[in-house]
Amino acid sequence: MRLMSTLKRTPLFDFHVSRGGRMVDFAGWEMPVQYRSILEEHKAVRKTAGLFDVSHMGEVDVSGPGAADFLNHVITNDVRSLFPGRVLYSPMCLPGGGVVDDLLVYQRAPDAYFLCINAGNIERDIAWLHAEADRFEVTVNNRSDDYGLIAVQGPQAAAIVQSLTGAKLDRVKYYHFVEGTVAGVFCLISRTGYTGEDGFELYHAAGDSVPLAEAIVAAGASAGLELAGLGARDSLRLEAGFPLYGHELTDAISPIAAGLGWTVKFDKPGDFIGRKALREEKERGPAKRVIFFRTGDRRIVRSESIVLNQEGAPVGRVLSGTLSPILNEAIGSALVDASASNLPLVTEIRGTRLPLNRVKPPFVELKKAV
Amino acid sequence: MSTIPADLLYAKSHEWVKRESDGTIVIGITDYAQNSLGDITYVQTPKVGSKLKVGDVFGVVESVKAASDLYAPVAGEVVAINDLLDQKPETVNQEPYTEGWMLKLRPDSAVSIDGLLDAVAYGKLIG
Repeated sequence: MRLMSTLKRTPLFDFHVSRGGRMVDFAGWEMPVQYRSILEEHKAVRKTAGLFDVSHMGEVDVSGPGAADFLNHVITNDVRSLFPGRVLYSPMCLPGGGVVDDLLVYQRAPDAYFLCINAGNIERDIAWLHAEADRFEVTVNNRSDDYGLIAVQGPQAAAIVQSLTGAKLDRVKYYHFVEGTVAGVFCLISRTGYTGEDGFELYHAAGDSVPLAEAIVAAGASAGLELAGLGARDSLRLEAGFPLYGHELTDAISPIAAGLGWTVKFDKPGDFIGRKALREEKERGPAKRVIFFRTGDRRIVRSESIVLNQEGAPVGRVLSGTLSPILNEAIGSALVDASASNLPLVTEIRGTRLPLNRVKPPFVELKKAV
Repeated sequence: MSTIPADLLYAKSHEWVKRESDGTIVIGITDYAQNSLGDITYVQTPKVGSKLKVGDVFGVVESVKAASDLYAPVAGEVVAINDLLDQKPETVNQEPYTEGWMLKLRPDSAVSIDGLLDAVAYGKLIG
Protein backbone atom coordinates (compact mmCIF):
# COMPACT_ATOMS: atom_id res chain seq x y z
CA MET A 1 0.00 0.00 0.00
CA ARG A 2 0.95 3.59 -0.49
CA LEU A 3 1.63 5.40 2.77
CA MET A 4 0.20 8.88 3.21
CA SER A 5 3.69 10.24 3.85
CA THR A 6 4.71 9.45 0.27
CA LEU A 7 1.99 11.70 -1.11
CA LYS A 8 2.81 15.17 -2.33
CA ARG A 9 1.46 18.16 -0.45
CA THR A 10 0.58 21.63 -1.67
CA PRO A 11 1.79 24.74 0.21
CA LEU A 12 -1.72 24.91 1.72
CA PHE A 13 -1.63 21.50 3.43
CA ASP A 14 -1.53 22.91 6.98
CA PHE A 15 -4.07 25.57 6.01
CA HIS A 16 -6.51 22.79 5.02
CA VAL A 17 -5.91 20.59 8.04
CA SER A 18 -6.32 23.48 10.48
CA ARG A 19 -9.66 24.33 8.84
CA GLY A 20 -11.10 20.82 9.00
CA GLY A 21 -10.09 19.63 5.53
CA ARG A 22 -10.52 15.88 5.11
CA MET A 23 -7.35 14.90 3.30
CA VAL A 24 -7.36 12.12 0.69
CA ASP A 25 -5.07 10.77 -2.02
CA PHE A 26 -5.89 12.40 -5.34
CA ALA A 27 -3.52 11.60 -8.23
CA GLY A 28 -0.66 11.18 -5.76
CA TRP A 29 -1.45 14.37 -3.86
CA GLU A 30 -2.82 14.71 -0.37
CA MET A 31 -5.76 17.02 -1.02
CA PRO A 32 -8.91 18.12 0.84
CA VAL A 33 -11.92 16.25 -0.53
CA GLN A 34 -14.20 18.31 1.71
CA TYR A 35 -14.23 20.53 4.78
CA ARG A 36 -17.81 20.61 6.05
CA SER A 37 -19.94 18.88 3.44
CA ILE A 38 -19.49 18.27 -0.29
CA LEU A 39 -23.12 19.15 -0.96
CA GLU A 40 -23.01 22.37 1.08
CA GLU A 41 -19.71 23.45 -0.47
CA HIS A 42 -21.18 22.83 -3.92
CA LYS A 43 -24.24 24.97 -3.14
CA ALA A 44 -22.06 27.74 -1.70
CA VAL A 45 -20.17 27.98 -5.01
CA ARG A 46 -23.44 28.24 -6.96
CA LYS A 47 -24.90 30.81 -4.51
CA THR A 48 -21.96 32.89 -3.25
CA ALA A 49 -18.35 31.77 -3.68
CA GLY A 50 -15.87 29.02 -2.92
CA LEU A 51 -12.10 28.87 -2.60
CA PHE A 52 -10.34 25.81 -4.03
CA ASP A 53 -6.69 24.86 -3.68
CA VAL A 54 -5.75 23.42 -7.06
CA SER A 55 -2.01 23.77 -6.61
CA HIS A 56 -1.60 20.13 -7.60
CA MET A 57 -2.25 21.14 -11.23
CA GLY A 58 0.88 21.35 -13.38
CA GLU A 59 2.31 24.44 -15.05
CA VAL A 60 4.62 24.50 -18.07
CA ASP A 61 6.47 27.35 -19.79
CA VAL A 62 6.71 26.98 -23.56
CA SER A 63 8.80 29.67 -25.20
CA GLY A 64 10.89 30.43 -28.26
CA PRO A 65 10.37 31.47 -31.85
CA GLY A 66 8.88 28.05 -32.65
CA ALA A 67 6.51 27.98 -29.67
CA ALA A 68 3.30 28.63 -31.63
CA ASP A 69 4.13 26.06 -34.33
CA PHE A 70 5.12 23.55 -31.67
CA LEU A 71 1.89 24.00 -29.73
CA ASN A 72 -0.19 23.76 -32.90
CA HIS A 73 1.61 20.48 -33.61
CA VAL A 74 0.85 18.91 -30.21
CA ILE A 75 -2.63 20.26 -29.45
CA THR A 76 -5.80 20.02 -31.53
CA ASN A 77 -7.06 23.57 -31.05
CA ASP A 78 -5.43 26.52 -32.83
CA VAL A 79 -3.14 28.88 -30.91
CA ARG A 80 -3.36 31.34 -33.81
CA SER A 81 -6.62 32.51 -32.22
CA LEU A 82 -4.64 33.68 -29.17
CA PHE A 83 -3.20 37.09 -28.37
CA PRO A 84 -1.41 38.20 -25.22
CA GLY A 85 -3.95 37.94 -22.41
CA ARG A 86 -6.10 35.29 -24.07
CA VAL A 87 -6.63 31.69 -22.86
CA LEU A 88 -7.44 28.61 -24.96
CA TYR A 89 -8.75 25.18 -23.94
CA SER A 90 -7.46 22.22 -25.90
CA PRO A 91 -6.98 18.48 -25.87
CA MET A 92 -3.52 17.10 -26.65
CA CYS A 93 -3.89 13.87 -28.59
CA LEU A 94 -2.12 10.64 -29.37
CA PRO A 95 -1.59 9.73 -33.02
CA GLY A 96 -4.64 7.45 -32.79
CA GLY A 97 -6.88 10.28 -31.58
CA GLY A 98 -7.03 9.29 -27.90
CA VAL A 99 -6.15 12.00 -25.44
CA VAL A 100 -2.82 12.50 -23.64
CA ASP A 101 -4.27 15.34 -21.57
CA ASP A 102 -6.54 18.35 -21.80
CA LEU A 103 -5.06 21.70 -20.90
CA LEU A 104 -5.24 25.48 -20.94
CA VAL A 105 -2.86 27.55 -23.07
CA TYR A 106 -2.07 31.11 -21.98
CA GLN A 107 -0.37 33.43 -24.42
CA ARG A 108 1.88 35.86 -22.50
CA ALA A 109 3.68 37.10 -25.62
CA PRO A 110 3.69 35.87 -29.23
CA ASP A 111 6.59 33.53 -28.44
CA ALA A 112 5.86 32.84 -24.75
CA TYR A 113 3.09 30.49 -23.62
CA PHE A 114 2.11 28.99 -20.31
CA LEU A 115 0.21 25.71 -19.98
CA CYS A 116 -1.94 24.40 -17.15
CA ILE A 117 -2.09 20.58 -17.18
CA ASN A 118 -3.70 17.89 -15.04
CA ALA A 119 -1.90 16.83 -11.85
CA GLY A 120 -2.04 13.14 -12.64
CA ASN A 121 -0.48 13.68 -16.07
CA ILE A 122 2.44 15.98 -15.28
CA GLU A 123 5.26 13.49 -15.78
CA ARG A 124 3.71 11.97 -18.87
CA ASP A 125 2.91 15.36 -20.43
CA ILE A 126 6.39 16.72 -19.82
CA ALA A 127 7.97 13.62 -21.39
CA TRP A 128 5.55 13.88 -24.32
CA LEU A 129 6.23 17.59 -24.84
CA HIS A 130 10.01 17.16 -24.60
CA ALA A 131 9.96 14.32 -27.13
CA GLU A 132 7.93 16.38 -29.61
CA ALA A 133 9.89 19.62 -29.01
CA ASP A 134 13.06 18.33 -30.71
CA ARG A 135 12.00 19.45 -34.14
CA PHE A 136 11.02 22.99 -33.06
CA GLU A 137 12.86 26.08 -31.87
CA VAL A 138 11.23 25.91 -28.48
CA THR A 139 12.05 25.44 -24.80
CA VAL A 140 9.69 23.44 -22.56
CA ASN A 141 10.07 23.97 -18.81
CA ASN A 142 8.12 22.12 -16.14
CA ARG A 143 7.26 24.84 -13.59
CA SER A 144 4.77 22.79 -11.57
CA ASP A 145 6.70 22.97 -8.29
CA ASP A 146 7.14 26.75 -8.60
CA TYR A 147 3.45 27.61 -8.72
CA GLY A 148 0.54 27.53 -6.36
CA LEU A 149 -2.97 27.80 -7.84
CA ILE A 150 -6.05 29.04 -6.02
CA ALA A 151 -9.47 29.15 -7.68
CA VAL A 152 -12.15 31.54 -6.45
CA GLN A 153 -15.45 30.60 -8.04
CA GLY A 154 -19.05 31.70 -7.75
CA PRO A 155 -21.27 34.73 -8.32
CA GLN A 156 -19.44 36.68 -5.61
CA ALA A 157 -15.95 35.71 -6.79
CA ALA A 158 -15.32 38.78 -8.91
CA ALA A 159 -16.30 41.18 -6.12
CA ILE A 160 -14.11 39.34 -3.62
CA VAL A 161 -11.02 39.23 -5.85
CA GLN A 162 -11.62 42.83 -7.00
CA SER A 163 -11.52 43.98 -3.37
CA LEU A 164 -7.93 42.66 -3.18
CA THR A 165 -6.49 43.97 -6.44
CA GLY A 166 -5.98 47.16 -8.39
CA ALA A 167 -6.38 45.26 -11.66
CA LYS A 168 -9.60 46.24 -13.47
CA LEU A 169 -11.33 42.89 -13.45
CA ASP A 170 -14.40 44.07 -15.33
CA ARG A 171 -12.10 44.38 -18.34
CA VAL A 172 -10.96 40.76 -18.00
CA LYS A 173 -13.52 38.69 -19.88
CA TYR A 174 -14.10 34.93 -19.67
CA TYR A 175 -11.01 33.01 -20.89
CA HIS A 176 -8.81 36.12 -20.62
CA PHE A 177 -6.13 36.98 -18.04
CA VAL A 178 -4.02 39.80 -16.68
CA GLU A 179 -0.97 39.82 -14.44
CA GLY A 180 -1.06 41.87 -11.26
CA THR A 181 -1.07 41.68 -7.50
CA VAL A 182 -3.87 40.20 -5.41
CA ALA A 183 -3.51 40.98 -1.69
CA GLY A 184 0.07 42.01 -2.45
CA VAL A 185 0.89 38.67 -4.10
CA PHE A 186 1.92 38.72 -7.74
CA CYS A 187 -0.56 36.60 -9.71
CA LEU A 188 -1.55 35.57 -13.17
CA ILE A 189 -5.24 36.41 -12.79
CA SER A 190 -7.20 34.16 -15.12
CA ARG A 191 -10.96 34.44 -15.61
CA THR A 192 -11.42 30.70 -15.96
CA GLY A 193 -12.58 27.84 -13.79
CA TYR A 194 -13.96 24.35 -13.58
CA THR A 195 -17.33 25.01 -11.97
CA GLY A 196 -19.36 26.76 -14.65
CA GLU A 197 -19.56 29.85 -12.46
CA ASP A 198 -17.86 33.17 -12.96
CA GLY A 199 -14.55 33.29 -11.16
CA PHE A 200 -10.80 33.42 -11.27
CA GLU A 201 -7.84 31.10 -11.10
CA LEU A 202 -4.84 32.78 -9.45
CA TYR A 203 -1.43 31.40 -10.38
CA HIS A 204 1.24 32.58 -7.95
CA ALA A 205 4.65 31.70 -6.51
CA ALA A 206 4.28 28.63 -4.29
CA GLY A 207 5.70 30.49 -1.28
CA ASP A 208 2.82 33.00 -1.41
CA SER A 209 -0.07 30.54 -1.21
CA VAL A 210 -0.81 30.86 2.51
CA PRO A 211 -1.03 34.68 2.73
CA LEU A 212 -3.02 34.76 -0.52
CA ALA A 213 -5.52 32.14 0.69
CA GLU A 214 -5.86 33.84 4.08
CA ALA A 215 -6.50 37.23 2.45
CA ILE A 216 -9.20 35.77 0.17
CA VAL A 217 -10.89 33.98 3.07
CA ALA A 218 -10.90 37.23 5.10
CA ALA A 219 -12.17 39.30 2.16
CA GLY A 220 -14.85 36.74 1.28
CA ALA A 221 -16.19 36.00 4.75
CA SER A 222 -18.95 38.62 4.72
CA ALA A 223 -20.05 37.53 1.21
CA GLY A 224 -20.36 33.92 2.36
CA LEU A 225 -17.24 32.47 0.71
CA GLU A 226 -16.56 28.92 1.82
CA LEU A 227 -13.59 26.63 1.46
CA ALA A 228 -14.47 23.96 -1.08
CA GLY A 229 -12.75 20.64 -1.62
CA LEU A 230 -12.20 18.33 -4.55
CA GLY A 231 -15.54 16.60 -3.91
CA ALA A 232 -17.45 19.77 -4.71
CA ARG A 233 -15.07 20.54 -7.55
CA ASP A 234 -16.01 17.22 -9.17
CA SER A 235 -19.78 17.60 -8.74
CA LEU A 236 -19.64 21.21 -9.96
CA ARG A 237 -17.71 20.31 -13.10
CA LEU A 238 -20.04 17.42 -13.87
CA GLU A 239 -23.12 19.62 -13.41
CA ALA A 240 -21.47 22.10 -15.80
CA GLY A 241 -20.82 19.28 -18.30
CA PHE A 242 -17.04 19.69 -18.29
CA PRO A 243 -14.90 16.62 -19.02
CA LEU A 244 -12.47 15.24 -16.43
CA TYR A 245 -9.37 13.56 -17.79
CA GLY A 246 -9.48 9.86 -16.97
CA HIS A 247 -13.28 9.85 -17.19
CA GLU A 248 -14.77 11.62 -20.25
CA LEU A 249 -11.39 11.99 -21.98
CA THR A 250 -8.84 9.16 -21.93
CA ASP A 251 -6.26 7.38 -24.05
CA ALA A 252 -9.25 5.64 -25.60
CA ILE A 253 -11.85 8.45 -25.71
CA SER A 254 -11.06 11.07 -28.34
CA PRO A 255 -12.33 14.66 -28.35
CA ILE A 256 -14.66 13.66 -31.22
CA ALA A 257 -16.22 10.86 -29.17
CA ALA A 258 -16.36 13.17 -26.13
CA GLY A 259 -18.44 15.76 -27.99
CA LEU A 260 -15.54 18.23 -28.05
CA GLY A 261 -15.25 18.43 -31.83
CA TRP A 262 -15.13 22.23 -31.54
CA THR A 263 -11.66 21.94 -30.01
CA VAL A 264 -10.24 20.13 -33.06
CA LYS A 265 -9.25 22.60 -35.78
CA PHE A 266 -8.68 20.59 -38.96
CA ASP A 267 -8.28 23.80 -40.97
CA LYS A 268 -5.16 25.05 -39.17
CA PRO A 269 -1.96 24.95 -41.24
CA GLY A 270 0.46 22.06 -40.91
CA ASP A 271 -0.10 18.64 -39.44
CA PHE A 272 -0.93 17.99 -35.80
CA ILE A 273 -0.73 14.82 -33.78
CA GLY A 274 -3.91 12.81 -34.18
CA ARG A 275 -5.18 14.77 -37.16
CA LYS A 276 -5.60 11.84 -39.55
CA ALA A 277 -7.31 9.59 -37.01
CA LEU A 278 -9.58 12.35 -35.74
CA ARG A 279 -10.54 13.36 -39.30
CA GLU A 280 -11.48 9.76 -40.08
CA GLU A 281 -13.40 9.42 -36.85
CA LYS A 282 -15.30 12.62 -37.52
CA GLU A 283 -16.18 11.61 -41.10
CA ARG A 284 -17.14 8.07 -40.20
CA GLY A 285 -18.81 9.02 -36.95
CA PRO A 286 -17.38 7.74 -33.65
CA ALA A 287 -18.18 4.14 -32.69
CA LYS A 288 -18.98 5.28 -29.15
CA ARG A 289 -20.10 8.61 -27.80
CA VAL A 290 -19.99 10.33 -24.43
CA ILE A 291 -23.50 11.25 -23.33
CA PHE A 292 -24.78 12.96 -20.18
CA PHE A 293 -27.83 11.82 -18.24
CA ARG A 294 -30.11 12.48 -15.30
CA THR A 295 -32.26 9.86 -13.64
CA GLY A 296 -34.98 11.59 -11.65
CA ASP A 297 -33.86 9.56 -8.61
CA ARG A 298 -31.42 10.30 -5.80
CA ARG A 299 -29.51 7.02 -6.06
CA ILE A 300 -26.07 7.77 -7.48
CA VAL A 301 -25.21 5.88 -10.65
CA ARG A 302 -21.58 5.04 -9.99
CA SER A 303 -18.70 5.10 -12.43
CA GLU A 304 -18.38 1.74 -14.27
CA SER A 305 -22.10 0.91 -13.92
CA ILE A 306 -23.35 -0.89 -17.03
CA VAL A 307 -25.63 1.02 -19.41
CA LEU A 308 -28.39 -1.06 -20.99
CA ASN A 309 -30.77 -0.48 -23.87
CA GLN A 310 -34.51 -0.97 -23.41
CA GLU A 311 -34.18 -4.64 -24.25
CA GLY A 312 -31.66 -5.06 -21.44
CA ALA A 313 -28.58 -5.52 -23.64
CA PRO A 314 -25.38 -3.78 -22.49
CA VAL A 315 -24.53 -0.80 -24.71
CA GLY A 316 -22.05 1.15 -22.59
CA ARG A 317 -20.71 2.08 -19.20
CA VAL A 318 -20.91 5.04 -16.83
CA LEU A 319 -17.87 7.34 -16.77
CA SER A 320 -18.83 9.75 -13.96
CA GLY A 321 -21.79 9.84 -11.61
CA THR A 322 -22.86 11.96 -8.71
CA LEU A 323 -25.84 13.57 -7.04
CA SER A 324 -26.56 17.04 -8.38
CA PRO A 325 -27.10 19.10 -5.23
CA ILE A 326 -28.97 21.66 -7.33
CA LEU A 327 -31.30 19.26 -9.20
CA ASN A 328 -31.47 16.88 -6.23
CA GLU A 329 -31.14 13.87 -8.50
CA ALA A 330 -28.41 11.65 -9.88
CA ILE A 331 -26.53 12.93 -12.91
CA GLY A 332 -23.65 11.49 -14.85
CA SER A 333 -21.90 10.72 -18.08
CA ALA A 334 -21.55 7.47 -19.99
CA LEU A 335 -19.71 6.06 -22.98
CA VAL A 336 -22.35 4.46 -25.18
CA ASP A 337 -22.38 2.66 -28.55
CA ALA A 338 -23.20 5.34 -31.11
CA SER A 339 -26.07 3.24 -32.51
CA ALA A 340 -27.73 3.21 -29.08
CA SER A 341 -26.93 6.74 -27.98
CA ASN A 342 -30.19 8.30 -29.20
CA LEU A 343 -32.42 5.46 -27.97
CA PRO A 344 -33.78 5.06 -24.42
CA LEU A 345 -31.10 3.96 -21.97
CA VAL A 346 -31.37 2.45 -18.51
CA THR A 347 -29.16 1.13 -15.76
CA GLU A 348 -29.74 -1.09 -12.76
CA ILE A 349 -28.95 -0.26 -9.16
CA ARG A 350 -29.39 -3.17 -6.77
CA GLY A 351 -32.01 -4.74 -8.99
CA THR A 352 -33.98 -1.54 -9.66
CA ARG A 353 -34.07 -0.32 -13.24
CA LEU A 354 -33.55 3.43 -13.62
CA PRO A 355 -33.87 5.49 -16.80
CA LEU A 356 -30.82 7.42 -17.98
CA ASN A 357 -32.53 10.45 -19.48
CA ARG A 358 -30.19 12.07 -21.93
CA VAL A 359 -29.35 15.71 -21.26
CA LYS A 360 -27.33 18.21 -23.24
CA PRO A 361 -25.17 19.81 -20.55
CA PRO A 362 -24.93 22.03 -18.63
CA PHE A 363 -27.43 20.51 -16.20
CA VAL A 364 -28.02 23.88 -14.55
CA GLU A 365 -28.06 27.44 -15.81
CA LEU A 366 -24.51 28.74 -15.63
CA LYS A 367 -23.56 32.29 -14.83
CA LYS A 368 -19.99 32.27 -16.09
CA ALA A 369 -18.85 35.62 -17.45
CA VAL A 370 -18.87 36.00 -21.23
CA MET B 1 -14.58 13.15 18.07
CA SER B 2 -17.58 10.96 17.53
CA THR B 3 -20.57 11.11 19.85
CA ILE B 4 -21.48 7.76 21.50
CA PRO B 5 -24.57 8.02 23.72
CA ALA B 6 -24.25 5.89 26.85
CA ASP B 7 -27.85 4.62 26.77
CA LEU B 8 -27.61 2.81 23.40
CA LEU B 9 -26.17 -0.51 22.28
CA TYR B 10 -23.95 -0.83 19.23
CA ALA B 11 -23.16 -3.36 16.51
CA LYS B 12 -19.64 -3.78 15.22
CA SER B 13 -21.03 -2.83 11.81
CA HIS B 14 -21.82 0.65 13.25
CA GLU B 15 -25.58 0.45 13.74
CA TRP B 16 -27.04 1.61 17.06
CA VAL B 17 -29.92 -0.03 18.90
CA LYS B 18 -32.31 1.66 21.30
CA ARG B 19 -34.80 -0.26 23.40
CA GLU B 20 -38.09 1.65 23.78
CA SER B 21 -40.40 1.25 26.76
CA ASP B 22 -43.10 -0.38 24.56
CA GLY B 23 -40.71 -3.20 23.72
CA THR B 24 -39.85 -2.04 20.20
CA ILE B 25 -36.31 -1.50 19.01
CA VAL B 26 -35.12 1.57 17.09
CA ILE B 27 -32.14 1.24 14.78
CA GLY B 28 -29.91 3.79 13.11
CA ILE B 29 -26.25 4.33 12.28
CA THR B 30 -23.68 5.90 14.55
CA ASP B 31 -22.12 9.34 14.43
CA TYR B 32 -18.83 7.66 13.54
CA ALA B 33 -20.51 5.88 10.62
CA GLN B 34 -22.20 8.98 9.21
CA ASN B 35 -18.98 10.94 9.53
CA SER B 36 -17.01 8.24 7.73
CA LEU B 37 -19.55 8.06 4.92
CA GLY B 38 -19.73 11.82 4.41
CA ASP B 39 -22.73 13.46 2.76
CA ILE B 40 -25.56 10.93 2.82
CA THR B 41 -27.66 11.11 -0.33
CA TYR B 42 -30.00 8.13 -0.15
CA VAL B 43 -31.26 5.67 2.44
CA GLN B 44 -32.95 2.47 1.29
CA THR B 45 -35.05 0.84 3.99
CA PRO B 46 -37.15 -2.36 4.00
CA LYS B 47 -40.94 -2.45 3.81
CA VAL B 48 -42.99 -2.37 6.98
CA GLY B 49 -43.83 -5.98 7.76
CA SER B 50 -40.47 -7.37 6.59
CA LYS B 51 -38.98 -10.02 8.87
CA LEU B 52 -35.30 -9.65 9.65
CA LYS B 53 -32.80 -12.09 11.12
CA VAL B 54 -29.66 -10.97 12.87
CA GLY B 55 -27.10 -10.01 10.25
CA ASP B 56 -29.62 -9.60 7.39
CA VAL B 57 -28.95 -6.71 5.08
CA PHE B 58 -31.92 -4.46 5.85
CA GLY B 59 -31.01 -1.55 3.62
CA VAL B 60 -28.37 0.57 2.02
CA VAL B 61 -27.04 3.96 2.91
CA GLU B 62 -25.49 5.91 0.07
CA SER B 63 -23.16 8.84 0.31
CA VAL B 64 -21.46 10.89 -2.37
CA LYS B 65 -18.51 8.55 -1.86
CA ALA B 66 -20.00 5.06 -1.69
CA ALA B 67 -22.96 2.78 -0.98
CA SER B 68 -22.84 0.70 2.20
CA ASP B 69 -25.06 -2.16 3.36
CA LEU B 70 -26.93 -1.92 6.65
CA TYR B 71 -27.10 -5.03 8.85
CA ALA B 72 -29.86 -5.96 11.27
CA PRO B 73 -28.33 -6.01 14.77
CA VAL B 74 -31.35 -7.83 16.25
CA ALA B 75 -34.09 -10.07 14.78
CA GLY B 76 -37.68 -8.96 14.41
CA GLU B 77 -40.44 -7.54 12.25
CA VAL B 78 -40.20 -4.05 10.80
CA VAL B 79 -43.06 -1.97 12.27
CA ALA B 80 -41.99 1.50 11.09
CA ILE B 81 -39.50 3.21 8.85
CA ASN B 82 -38.38 6.82 8.92
CA ASP B 83 -40.13 8.43 5.92
CA LEU B 84 -38.30 11.70 6.52
CA LEU B 85 -35.15 10.13 5.08
CA ASP B 86 -36.73 9.84 1.59
CA GLN B 87 -36.61 13.59 1.18
CA LYS B 88 -33.95 14.51 3.73
CA PRO B 89 -31.36 11.75 3.95
CA GLU B 90 -28.88 14.36 5.20
CA THR B 91 -30.79 14.13 8.51
CA VAL B 92 -28.65 11.06 9.20
CA ASN B 93 -25.57 13.31 9.02
CA GLN B 94 -27.12 15.97 11.19
CA GLU B 95 -28.92 13.91 13.85
CA PRO B 96 -27.76 10.29 13.59
CA TYR B 97 -29.19 9.25 17.00
CA THR B 98 -32.53 11.08 16.95
CA GLU B 99 -34.26 12.44 13.81
CA GLY B 100 -32.01 10.29 11.63
CA TRP B 101 -33.25 6.91 12.92
CA MET B 102 -33.89 4.34 10.20
CA LEU B 103 -36.34 1.70 11.33
CA LYS B 104 -38.32 0.29 14.21
CA LEU B 105 -38.52 -3.44 14.88
CA ARG B 106 -40.83 -5.55 17.02
CA PRO B 107 -38.24 -8.03 18.19
CA ASP B 108 -38.74 -11.76 18.18
CA SER B 109 -39.85 -13.07 21.58
CA ALA B 110 -36.40 -13.45 23.02
CA VAL B 111 -34.27 -10.47 22.00
CA SER B 112 -30.70 -11.46 21.74
CA ILE B 113 -28.28 -8.68 22.38
CA ASP B 114 -25.35 -11.05 22.26
CA GLY B 115 -22.56 -9.49 20.30
CA LEU B 116 -23.84 -5.96 20.78
CA LEU B 117 -21.49 -3.52 22.46
CA ASP B 118 -22.06 -0.90 25.11
CA ALA B 119 -20.87 2.65 24.55
CA VAL B 120 -17.48 2.07 26.17
CA ALA B 121 -16.77 -1.04 24.10
CA TYR B 122 -17.94 0.67 20.90
CA GLY B 123 -15.74 3.65 21.69
CA LYS B 124 -12.77 1.31 21.93
CA LEU B 125 -13.71 -0.36 18.63
CA ILE B 126 -13.61 2.88 16.68
CA GLY B 127 -10.53 4.08 18.54
